[in-house]
Amino acid sequence: MTIQARGFDWIPLALVPALALVMLPLVGSPSSWLTLTVAGLAMGLIIFVIASGLTLVFGLMDVLNFGHGLFIALGAFVATTVLGTMSDWTGSASLWRNLAAVLPAMLVAMAVAGAVGLAFERFIVRPVYGQHLKQILITMGGMIIGEELIKVVWGPQQIALPLPEAMRGSVLLGEAAIEKYRLFVVVVGLLVFGALAWTLNRTKIGLLIRAGVQDREMVEALGYRIRRLFVAVFAMGSALAGLGGVLWGLYQQMVLPQMGAQVNVLIFIVIIIGGLGSTTGALVGALLVGLMANYTGFLAPKVALFSNIALMAAILLWRPQGVYPVSNR
Amino acid sequence: MLNRLLSNDLPRSRMLAVVLVGLLLGLAFAPFLFPGVKALNVAAKVLVFIVLVGSFDLLLGYTGIVSFAHTMFFGIGAYGIAIATTRMGPTWPALAAGVAGALALSLVLALVIGLFSLRVRAIFFAMITLAVASAFLTLASQLSDITGGEDGLTFKVPGLLSPSFALMEEPFLGVVIDGRLLTYYLLFVLALVLLLTLLRIVNSPFGRVLQAIRENEFRAEAIGYRVVVYRTISSVLSALFACVAGAMLALWLRYNGPDTSMSFEIMMDVLLIVVIGGMGTVYGAAIGAALFLVAQGYLQDLLRLGSEAASSIPWLSALLSPDRWLLWLGVLFVLSVYHFPTGVVGRLRTRAAAAALRKA
Repeated sequence: MTIQARGFDWIPLALVPALALVMLPLVGSPSSWLTLTVAGLAMGLIIFVIASGLTLVFGLMDVLNFGHGLFIALGAFVATTVLGTMSDWTGSASLWRNLAAVLPAMLVAMAVAGAVGLAFERFIVRPVYGQHLKQILITMGGMIIGEELIKVVWGPQQIALPLPEAMRGSVLLGEAAIEKYRLFVVVVGLLVFGALAWTLNRTKIGLLIRAGVQDREMVEALGYRIRRLFVAVFAMGSALAGLGGVLWGLYQQMVLPQMGAQVNVLIFIVIIIGGLGSTTGALVGALLVGLMANYTGFLAPKVALFSNIALMAAILLWRPQGVYPVSNR
Repeated sequence: MLNRLLSNDLPRSRMLAVVLVGLLLGLAFAPFLFPGVKALNVAAKVLVFIVLVGSFDLLLGYTGIVSFAHTMFFGIGAYGIAIATTRMGPTWPALAAGVAGALALSLVLALVIGLFSLRVRAIFFAMITLAVASAFLTLASQLSDITGGEDGLTFKVPGLLSPSFALMEEPFLGVVIDGRLLTYYLLFVLALVLLLTLLRIVNSPFGRVLQAIRENEFRAEAIGYRVVVYRTISSVLSALFACVAGAMLALWLRYNGPDTSMSFEIMMDVLLIVVIGGMGTVYGAAIGAALFLVAQGYLQDLLRLGSEAASSIPWLSALLSPDRWLLWLGVLFVLSVYHFPTGVVGRLRTRAAAAALRKA
């Protein structure tokens, strides 16, 4: 989303369809390829929703939050509670009533994750600004504490998070079966991406955030309090992670206290691929990782996790700072 | 002589010296001082963790980079022994082959990870090691043909080290001299030698460069040291030490599985021990490991007592449940990073220095 004078760099974005096309002959049948591609895009968009906050937080304040995964798990667990109280509506066959249940679940999850994010910023991150080593240690400690607290509140076992009635099953597109929920995720993901792109590119706040990522001191010199902006971005990023957690939990149809740590690994790969601080990069990275995970999960399940690491290694060989490096870092 | 042995890095605090000598003597005579299987197990685990944490300190404390793959190398070492002895039988060549193979694999992995991530930014290193370590953990539990999957591998060690071997018929000072005892002393000698080697490394010119990089990367580069090369060598060295520590653990337990050597909990323990003991002081690893492992057993007991006492208040009882001890470790960890960043050793040294200043 950074507008460059030299025009937009399309090559990394073109990697996404390129990867999909390269995999077509490997997968073989076009129908399973289509299923996998939609699944990959859905997964990628969920990851993007989660990663966008983390990468902005890093870009703005040079804070690397190893506890980001906590908000994913938190959002998902809040959703189990909210959806659990609305079982009449989720059980109904009408799509609208289902949406009326899922939407509040998402909003509550975002609110809770955002609020906890504020507290996390205040008590965990703020005392260690500018000290990378301590930040890594402290946020990791914060993540452990949060995960254990989730276990205290919701119990250590996994909880089923069934999909609402109307979102189960799949639609047939020719011979390819595409799960309805994945289409829903793609819609939600694109909406979030649109909202984020609009905020960053068309509003004053977005302008300040982008300027802050590029050159923090200059923005401060112009009289803006970047600290406040940062706190807001941190809370928003946590809320988005909570939303991503709801989507992820429904995608897996169950939630686990450790899910945050599991997704965290993917998120790190994504923001390294994308270039720390770049939201467009995070989108490209997330889509690549999502597609790669689904293709290799189909072709060679045992190496699925390593395929993402190999992807990251290949990208770093090509562009050591990630596909869209942020200028002054 | 002592100065040579400790590479001129004396404790620099009388308290610290006393504690260290006490620890050394305690570990050296543990089988005679603390009878019982459980006490010997704790002592052996302390020995293993001294090496594991000391090598992590080389990375975190001296070079200033965070790795989350340290238990991966620890696990590789343990699996090296486990796989080799299961395949080749309980012989000395099998042990040697296992250790050699594990060391080679650790070397290559650490080199590749280091060159990839440290070339760009040190912060990548933390993220990439986390990703690689979690992939490796999954791999270890999935490749059940080789690693025994979640169940792990139970194996036999060479006769001299196995519990059934008896050196003498009669107990010596009330202790039976058997293979277990020999294994313990093998670990003891290994841990001592490795710790002294670590001291040698961090106090060498090479170690000074590492500290310079930790303090000011830019300046170190400007003086003419290739920061990437030094950081990579440091991470490779620490991986090799961790690998040996893993082999020691496997030798003692005669069992290895993903949770015993590779799990994330152990990584957390290592981080905590380094911080408690004192980052950037090899002695901190020894003191921290002993403190932590002795406390670990009792913390859970303490929590159980607290949980029972608070049984009338359900949420407090849930918080104090012994299953939630990781929560309290996390709180302890965060608090010690904030308020206690130099750890036990750092505190003792500061106090000694302040006392010396008052006297002068």
